Amino acid sequence: MLKFSRAFIRNSSVWASVQQAPADKILGLTVLYNKDTNPSKINLGVGAYRDNDGKPWILPSVVAAEKVLSQTEENKEYVPIVGSPNFNSLIKKFLYGASASGQSLVDSGRVVTSQGISGTGALKVLAEFTKSFYPIRKVLVPNPTWANHIAILEKSGLETEPYRYYDYESNGLDVTGLLEDLRKAQEGSVILLHACCHNPTGVDPTLEQWDEILEVVSQKKLLPILDMAYQGFRTGDPIEDLAILYKFCDLVAAGKLDNFMLSQSFAKNMGLYGERVGSLSIVTSGEEESVRVKSQLEKVIRPIYSSPPSHGSKLVEIVLSNPEIYAQWLKDVKVMNDRLVDMRALLYDKLKNTYKNPLNWEHLLQQQGMFCYTGLSPEQVSSLIDKSVYLTGDGRISIAGIYEKNVDYLAKAIHEVTTA
Amino acid sequence: MASSGFSIQNIPQLPPDPLFGLKARYTADTRTNKVDLGIGAYRDQDGKPWVLPSVKLAEKAIHEDPAYNHEYLPIAGLQQFTSAAAKVILGSDSKALKDDKVVSVQTLSGTGALHVAALFIKRFYKGSGSVYISSPTWANHIQVFETQGLKIESYPYWNYATKELDLKGFLGAINSAPEGSVFLLHACAHNPTGLDPTRSQWTEILGAIKKKNHLALFDSAYQGFASGSLENDAFAVRSAIDSFDGSLPILICQSFAKNVGMYGERAGVFHYVSATKDAALQSAVLSQLQKITRCELSNPPAYGAKIVSKILNTPELYAQWERDLVTMSSRIKEMRQTLRSELESLGTPGTWDHITTQQGMFSFTGLSKPQVDSLEKDHGVYLVGSGRASMAGFNLGNVKAVAKAIDQVVREASKL
Repeated sequence: MLKFSRAFIRNSSVWASVQQAPADKILGLTVLYNKDTNPSKINLGVGAYRDNDGKPWILPSVVAAEKVLSQTEENKEYVPIVGSPNFNSLIKKFLYGASASGQSLVDSGRVVTSQGISGTGALKVLAEFTKSFYPIRKVLVPNPTWANHIAILEKSGLETEPYRYYDYESNGLDVTGLLEDLRKAQEGSVILLHACCHNPTGVDPTLEQWDEILEVVSQKKLLPILDMAYQGFRTGDPIEDLAILYKFCDLVAAGKLDNFMLSQSFAKNMGLYGERVGSLSIVTSGEEESVRVKSQLEKVIRPIYSSPPSHGSKLVEIVLSNPEIYAQWLKDVKVMNDRLVDMRALLYDKLKNTYKNPLNWEHLLQQQGMFCYTGLSPEQVSSLIDKSVYLTGDGRISIAGIYEKNVDYLAKAIHEVTTA
Repeated sequence: MASSGFSIQNIPQLPPDPLFGLKARYTADTRTNKVDLGIGAYRDQDGKPWVLPSVKLAEKAIHEDPAYNHEYLPIAGLQQFTSAAAKVILGSDSKALKDDKVVSVQTLSGTGALHVAALFIKRFYKGSGSVYISSPTWANHIQVFETQGLKIESYPYWNYATKELDLKGFLGAINSAPEGSVFLLHACAHNPTGLDPTRSQWTEILGAIKKKNHLALFDSAYQGFASGSLENDAFAVRSAIDSFDGSLPILICQSFAKNVGMYGERAGVFHYVSATKDAALQSAVLSQLQKITRCELSNPPAYGAKIVSKILNTPELYAQWERDLVTMSSRIKEMRQTLRSELESLGTPGTWDHITTQQGMFSFTGLSKPQVDSLEKDHGVYLVGSGRASMAGFNLGNVKAVAKAIDQVVREASKL
């Protein structure tokens, strides 16, 4: 009996340091939402697109790709560590092909790509690679940024430092603060930038402001990590939304920037969320360096997961290479984006015209992408949750969770908590 | 040439991963009679990848389900998948499950589970710092643990002279390791040797581990593949579960890459089995495992998990899967017998009974690196440099030719 209890105590003590970790803020919200029995409940938490009935939407192009795949798939073999050669060449064409400078980087062997486990996994690999091979551990991140950015970077052994981004007064971009912080930063720091549709604020620099930012990036020799998870949700056109990526390519082609990295996701714009498909790019000095970089990328990836999941990547390959399905995909993205734009307008209309809410809601129309940073306080957020409207504590709402049947309830709830 | 922020000195060219590199050389080889005995993926009697009938049926059912979508899985994965997976390895009547002592999270196949295990051990395990791995073991094991800052030690396993288990050495290492060390155990079909301890040897091994309060970490990548029986192949794991109940926790990394042929879909599970039920600790463990996943993947891939879940939770499909396992394992057994009898009838120098006593996908042939190189260069037969041959790569169309090639390189070596 004594031996048992001594052993028990000794052995439960080997996990003595395991503390209960707090629930993930964003994904934990869905858990609460699911438990709520209020029929009017609204989930404005996760950035996953919903149709006008509040249902997940499988893109017609993806349905078509899935049909092709079921007829043509030969096996379930491992794909190479960095993904299949076909996937990588399609990705390069898709991301860089419509830009002269981008294509020239690809042609001169300066772009190393790899399949990533969606955007998160791509960022994780880039963070590990940076930690291993870049002498500076500091990563400048916008304030605020997606909460998981900090976790991914810091768990990979990097340090994060915020740069001013969101102006809480104007609900817009604090471009002066941003540029000041970049100019003050340590030369050669890594900098995380959102390629479009900033998460959580929805506030993006204008094209002119981007040029100013890139000028400082160049002067300070910063190493950019461009995170692109919402391509297609800025203008509704995925290729037009590559404009910022092309600016980076232009800068490199002009010799004003040596390297940048890109993490890219198909989770939202192809609705492939759970299939975890995305990519990463590393721009190098040339073919020779690319070969070395690729070999080290494989070394980073192999002990984490050996090789990426194939199903999502096979669907992406079909969408990107089949002209009819690709054309359908462009339409599908526009459908999603149009609905989000419509919902912004509808909510605005309800707030200002139906409920005559006194607050300024212009930012609802100006911010882009899936999210709106409402400007609501934590207390107001809490009150909304009491009304079964679920949003994150920072006041971020996912426009995708709004649809015609719930927008009135939402507007009324927002009105009530802001005028109480 | 453009300059680069990445220091040239800091990014040396690495040789390709040995296993993926072997595959690449094989693919580039233009000889028509080339034979791939490298990568561990099952091949049918025509040398082709084989999508299991149970998988085809499961996929059909999934696609016909109107609820099929691509939504995010929960961070811990598809619950129907992970709980069914626990039953597969532990047994549906397992006391560990009845006692609610098991925490399971979905992972990126076996490698992903091992990675989670390494991180979890590094962060939270207060036992000894070293992870003991078999000599030899799967090449990637070393990187998985070392990249997380864990120290690797090895325990004797394969006796190169006798081609048998070095039980004495194995037990010696268990006994001399500091108390509470981590021991990585291959649940069955040891990779790369194919040599598994017998049941009575397992009893001795697990008894020694228990005595030293070591942490048993099982890598289960071939359950059902070794003997054709899921139950038989789970003997070591279930023995440990019974024997350590009430005294020691156990970690299990479970892969469905080979036994369900889910290679590229990356379907796996990591299980933490408590010594005794401890709801608070288990909840804390789950939350930390979720945190690990969230910071690296956000959530695991859905498709492979859905397929395996469908199979495991549908009785007809489960029965089909059991038949598929027999198909694969018996073809491999047949190839082992055929290779051995070919070598024996050729009178190839050496003894070849280890080919049939070993089980699972791989055989440690006993061939030396120069012999392996010669096989590749002169005969287009691709093995891993250690002499590991994938038995699944053999078929009636190539086994005689490969036996002849082995015979030749062995005879040439003995001339030197």
